[in-house]
Amino acid sequence: MLDLLRFGSEGWGDEIASGAVMTLLVAVSAYLVGLFLGSGAAAAKLSGPAPLRWLAALYTTVVRGVPALLVIWLLFFGGSGLVTWVATLFGYGGRVELSAFAVGVAAVGIVSGAYATEVIRGAVRAVPKGQLEAARALGMGRLLILRRILVPQALRYALPGLGNVWQMTLKDTTLVSVVSLAELMRQAYLGMQSTRQPFLFYVTAAILYMVMTTCSEALFRALSRRADRGVRRAVSN
Amino acid sequence: MNVEMILSALPTLFAGAFVTVQLVVLSLLLGFALALAVAFGRLSSNRVISGITGAYVFLFRSTPLLVQIFLIYYGLGQFESIRESFLWPVLREAYWCAIIALTLNTAAYTGEILRGGIQAIPFGQIEAARALGMSRPLLYRRIVLPQALRTILPAYGNEMIQMVQATSLASAITLVELTGAARTIASRSFQPVEMFVIAGALYLAMTFVITQGVRWAEKKTATG
Repeated sequence: MLDLLRFGSEGWGDEIASGAVMTLLVAVSAYLVGLFLGSGAAAAKLSGPAPLRWLAALYTTVVRGVPALLVIWLLFFGGSGLVTWVATLFGYGGRVELSAFAVGVAAVGIVSGAYATEVIRGAVRAVPKGQLEAARALGMGRLLILRRILVPQALRYALPGLGNVWQMTLKDTTLVSVVSLAELMRQAYLGMQSTRQPFLFYVTAAILYMVMTTCSEALFRALSRRADRGVRRAVSN
Repeated sequence: MNVEMILSALPTLFAGAFVTVQLVVLSLLLGFALALAVAFGRLSSNRVISGITGAYVFLFRSTPLLVQIFLIYYGLGQFESIRESFLWPVLREAYWCAIIALTLNTAAYTGEILRGGIQAIPFGQIEAARALGMSRPLLYRRIVLPQALRTILPAYGNEMIQMVQATSLASAITLVELTGAARTIASRSFQPVEMFVIAGALYLAMTFVITQGVRWAEKKTATG
C-alpha cells in the first residue's frame, strides 16, 4: 500500500511533495499579505482619522465574524469582476481573470490580516508611552522612533500572538483546495480518487501538516527567545 | 440588483442556516462533555491517561479541521470492517461525520481551555474544601467547576465563534449548510456576490448572538 507514495511516475510521492510546497507558498504569501493589512488596520485603529478607524473596525469585525471559506467563495465568484471594474477605471478594456493562487492568497490573507490587526494593536499599546515621549524629547523623527523604539519592543509582545495567527493561516490554506489549487489537500484528493485509498492519502496529509505546524511552533518559540534576550524576569525559565 | 431573485433564494439560505445552527449546537454540547473528560484526563496523575489525552489534544490541534473531516468521511469508509460494522449507518452520513469531526476538534481545544481554568484555582481553596470534609465530587461541583467555568468564559466564547465558522467546512463533504447553500445558488444565478453577502450577514448575526450571550453570562457571574 505504501508504494503508492513512491516518488516518480508510478507513485504519488512527488505530487504530494509538490502539494506541500504549494501549501507553504500559499501560507507564507497569505501571511505576508495579512501582516501588511494587519499593520495598516492597526495603525488606522490606533491613530487614524475617524473614517479610517471605522473602516478598520468594519474590516476586523466582519472578517472575524464570517467563515474563511465564505471569503474564498466570495473572491472566487466576485473577485474577477471587482478587479475588472478597477482595471476599467484605469482605462483597461478587457476582462481580468484571477488565478486560483491569487484568489487563495488574497482570501486567506484578508482573514489572516483581520486577526493580525488585533495582535499588532495590542502589542503597540503595550509599549510604555513614556518611551515614545522620551524619544520625541530627544528629537527623533517619526520613522526613527518607529524603527528604533516602537517596532523592536512591540514585536516582542506581538510574537506569541503572531505565532497563533500563522498556525491559523497555515490551516486555512486547506480551504483553498475548493477552488482546485494544487496544494496538499487537493493532491491528496486527486490521489484518493485515482487509487481509492482515502485513508492512506489523508493520513499522509495529516502527518505533513503536523510536521509543518510543529516545526513552525518551534521556530516561533526560538524567535520569541531571541526577541526576549536581555529582558530580565523575576523567575527564570 | 434583482430583488426577486434574491427573495426566491432566501428560503434555501435560511434552510442552510438552520443546518448550520444544528451543527453548532450539537457539536458544542457533545464537544463540551468530551472536553470535561479531556481536561480531567490531562490533569490525571495516571501517566497513561494523561499521555493518551495529551496525544489526542496534540493530534487534533496540530492538523487542519478539513483533514479531520475528510479522514472520517472518506478515510474510514475504506475499511471493510467499518463498512460492515454497526457504526456504518452513522459513518455513511455526511451529517454525522461532520458532527463527529467538529465534536472531536472542539473537545481538544475546549479541553485545554478548561484545564487552564481548573489550574487557575488557588490551591488554598481546595485545601479549605478538604478541611471542611467535602468529598471529591462535591468539591468539583461546588468549588472547582463553577469558578473554572467563570474564568474560561471569554476564551470559550471565542471557541464558540470559531465553531460557527468551522461548520462551513461541512459543505466540503456535500452537506448543504449556510455556506454550501450560498455556493449552490451562486453557481446557478447571475448574482453570486449577493448570496455570499447575505450568508455573511447571517453568520455575523450568529456571532453577535454568541458575543452578547457571553457578555451577559460574564455580567451575571461577576463577583463583587
